[in-house]
Amino acid sequence: MSQTTSERRPTPTRRNTGPVGKAADWADERYTGSGLTRRALNKVFPDNWSFMMGEIALYSFVILLLTGVYLSFFYDPSMTEVRYNGSYELLRGVEMSRAYDSTLDISFDVRGGLLMRQIHHWAALLFVAAMTVHMLRVFFTGAFRKPRELTWLLGVTLLTLGIVEGFAGYSLPDDLLSGTGLRIAHAIMLSIPVVGTWVAYAIFGAEFPGTDIIPRLYIAHVLLIPGLILAIITVHVGLVVKQKHTQFPGPGRQENNVVGERMYPSYGAKGGGFFFLVFGVMAALGGLVQINPIWLYGPYNPAHVSAGSQPDWYIGFLDGSTRLFPAWEIRLWDYTISPLVWPCVVLPGIMFTLLALYPFIEARLTKDRALHNLLQRPRDVPVRTSLGAMALTFYTVLLISGGNDIIAAKFDISLNAMTWAGRIGLIALPPIAYVLTYTICLGLQRHDRQILEHGVETGIIKRLPSGEFIEVHQPLGPVDDHGHSALEYAGAAVPKRMNRLTHPGRKAKGFLWKVQDPDEVQDRSGTEAALEAGLETNERRELAGRPKDPEL
Amino acid sequence: MSDVDGRHLHAGTPVPDVDLETYRTLSLEDQAHEASKIDGVTITHRRDRFPVPGTKAEKRAERVVALCFVAAFVGALAFTVCYVVLPWRYDISSDSYAWFTPVLGLTMAISLFGFGLGAILWAKLLITEEESVQERHGGYSEQEDRETTAAIVSDGWDMTGIARRPLLQRVLGLSVLALGALAIVPLGGLIKKPKGELFRTGWAEGTRLMTGDRRLVRPGDIEAGGIETVFPATEEGLSMQVRADSVVLLIRLRPGQTVTPRPDQEDYGWQDYVAFSKICTHAGCPASLYEQQTGRLLCPCHQSQFDLLQDAKPVFGPAARPLPKLAITVDDEGYFVARRDFNEAIGPSFWERP
Repeated sequence: MSQTTSERRPTPTRRNTGPVGKAADWADERYTGSGLTRRALNKVFPDNWSFMMGEIALYSFVILLLTGVYLSFFYDPSMTEVRYNGSYELLRGVEMSRAYDSTLDISFDVRGGLLMRQIHHWAALLFVAAMTVHMLRVFFTGAFRKPRELTWLLGVTLLTLGIVEGFAGYSLPDDLLSGTGLRIAHAIMLSIPVVGTWVAYAIFGAEFPGTDIIPRLYIAHVLLIPGLILAIITVHVGLVVKQKHTQFPGPGRQENNVVGERMYPSYGAKGGGFFFLVFGVMAALGGLVQINPIWLYGPYNPAHVSAGSQPDWYIGFLDGSTRLFPAWEIRLWDYTISPLVWPCVVLPGIMFTLLALYPFIEARLTKDRALHNLLQRPRDVPVRTSLGAMALTFYTVLLISGGNDIIAAKFDISLNAMTWAGRIGLIALPPIAYVLTYTICLGLQRHDRQILEHGVETGIIKRLPSGEFIEVHQPLGPVDDHGHSALEYAGAAVPKRMNRLTHPGRKAKGFLWKVQDPDEVQDRSGTEAALEAGLETNERRELAGRPKDPEL
Repeated sequence: MSDVDGRHLHAGTPVPDVDLETYRTLSLEDQAHEASKIDGVTITHRRDRFPVPGTKAEKRAERVVALCFVAAFVGALAFTVCYVVLPWRYDISSDSYAWFTPVLGLTMAISLFGFGLGAILWAKLLITEEESVQERHGGYSEQEDRETTAAIVSDGWDMTGIARRPLLQRVLGLSVLALGALAIVPLGGLIKKPKGELFRTGWAEGTRLMTGDRRLVRPGDIEAGGIETVFPATEEGLSMQVRADSVVLLIRLRPGQTVTPRPDQEDYGWQDYVAFSKICTHAGCPASLYEQQTGRLLCPCHQSQFDLLQDAKPVFGPAARPLPKLAITVDDEGYFVARRDFNEAIGPSFWERP
């Protein structure tokens, strides 16, 4: 390398002033981050409400980390038996594990501890829920297609880890409900053919319950699994940044661009604000809506159980499958295959494997090897949408069956009838859902095409000289002699009502405040993105005012 | 390709070149336009939401945003005050503490929600409206990059000479496998050999039946149709392990009810008393909802139902095996005792269970 000063880069001119500018100069002279920062600030984010599900999942994970660290200051993962001597008088003198004792302390003897515990629990429920809904969005819009298969796989891994993490977390208080859950988990481990007892002994360290399980679950819950989740989230989100977001088709939106707002200032303000909204909702739930009142359940006692014992919602589908599966125990000479293994090990194994492999299965069946950055509307891919509806129906029947005793009690239905309804529904409803969804998809497709051809219904009935009544349609584009437009469907939403014509995708305001006075603000027409149908601005203006008489 | 002192702001991008001197003369907005182009971003639409300053609408928007931040401020302040001032310790004789958590949650929510809403409304109502289009480069690298990288990889591979050294290939493969074992083998510390505890419980010949509150049980203690949860009587406290596998449901039948016993278990009951393991044979929950009219026992976890009058045979739900029966009798002093341990493993099924 050259040693002479003249061949080095010249010192940049310091043009920045003020504290921020000086700080920027300081940083850039050491880390040359200007270009990177500009790229980050300039990154364009497409805007659609359904893209916020992943954000909610991310934000609830952050909330979980914050509240979780707080709880770890007070929680003691020990199964040592102690006698309770805290503030909650109704349990004074009762023998319990130190884990349960310290959880009671968090609830009664730590100022604000109960709020943190409840926010943590609510955020955990939301975390898995948001991941699930996010996954459905990605599935139904085809966002998992090439080049994003790995992102999908990581997402399925995150969902699985989230469920395991949640289970480990709600087992920690060692109360009657969670202990019962652990006992069932133990039975599920025992049910694995050949190695089941070895697995159960390896994890519990002894015959149930032993004294190892709570400390082990704790370290898995606070270190191992969150570490994995954090690492995978980093890669998952990193891939989204690298490959840029997908977007719905629309005016100007193509495979090779992203249309939206830049990170700075608009999107950053919205995204950052949204974090606080999510946190605010969690705080409200944590403060106002009681969750998991462990002091009412009492410490774990293997001889007791309360009626209506329910796991957290994301385990519900497994509880449902366990309830529905028939009592089929298989005897092989001197060995036994427990009936538990099918609904609790094999079924979720199949479900999550299919979920993980779906992008590859679809690519193989459709022979689609192209890159896709534009999303699909669910109606335009009826087979996938119907398969999704079928899977969702299957899952929903399992989830409902997980609470069938509660439903039976509340609605005064026979419990056995609920079980049989679940068993039959699990097999009969998914195909029905498939056929129905398929039909609806085709109907929606036809309606889109019809509107592109004939125009939007105006609700205006016109009487022709012949005495015939017709409804006036507002065409979306130039029409031929028969009043038909030749607009091609482009995969984007088609306006179906008159008030969607001027401002596609936007509702008229006026619920809390009056519609803005046109004099106060700039004229909107002409600057709005062109109509979905892709019309020229002046043509659109002409159409936007009031319906033209169709040329008859 | 930064070219600090050179002619152009950016090279190789398909936008008109502007040299740095001209760039400096541009308005801030135009500078931003040019600066975005470097990152492949075109600001296609940009509209000041309030081109006429100071209109009513603008002031209204500003007030709404301000109100949100005021709420955030007030909420946080209220949270802090309540945290310090409100009574919070549980008190069985008054409800004063009951406000603490809801008020904290509410004030925290108001603060966080107000802050978030303020930021979002600022973006939606005040920040200049924009629509930008960013280029997305093709799904693969430049041909040049692909080929040069491939060359570097292949050349490096050749330099190692591994392709023509089969011996090294084999020993390397072998040692990598062995290193993998190094990562897994220490987990052997977790493995414990099941020692047959699954087939044993705390019951033995002559062990008395004791309730959860440490009372021994005599025949007269339970009314007809009643049940009692019992454990093996011990001097010291019961361990969790014993509670988990030895818990038994002692049932006194109603007059007229009879249990048809399993073969070889005719003498397991004592007069109108029978005793079954309380641990469900399905998933190990205590099956504890007893309906004395029908003699049915329901497990609340997965709704397995056992008919005690048919010797605890499963009659509905996912359980496949009857509840194991404990042989009981009454000792010389008139207390219930077990005659021996269960003659089978209690609880859920597992592979080694015959």
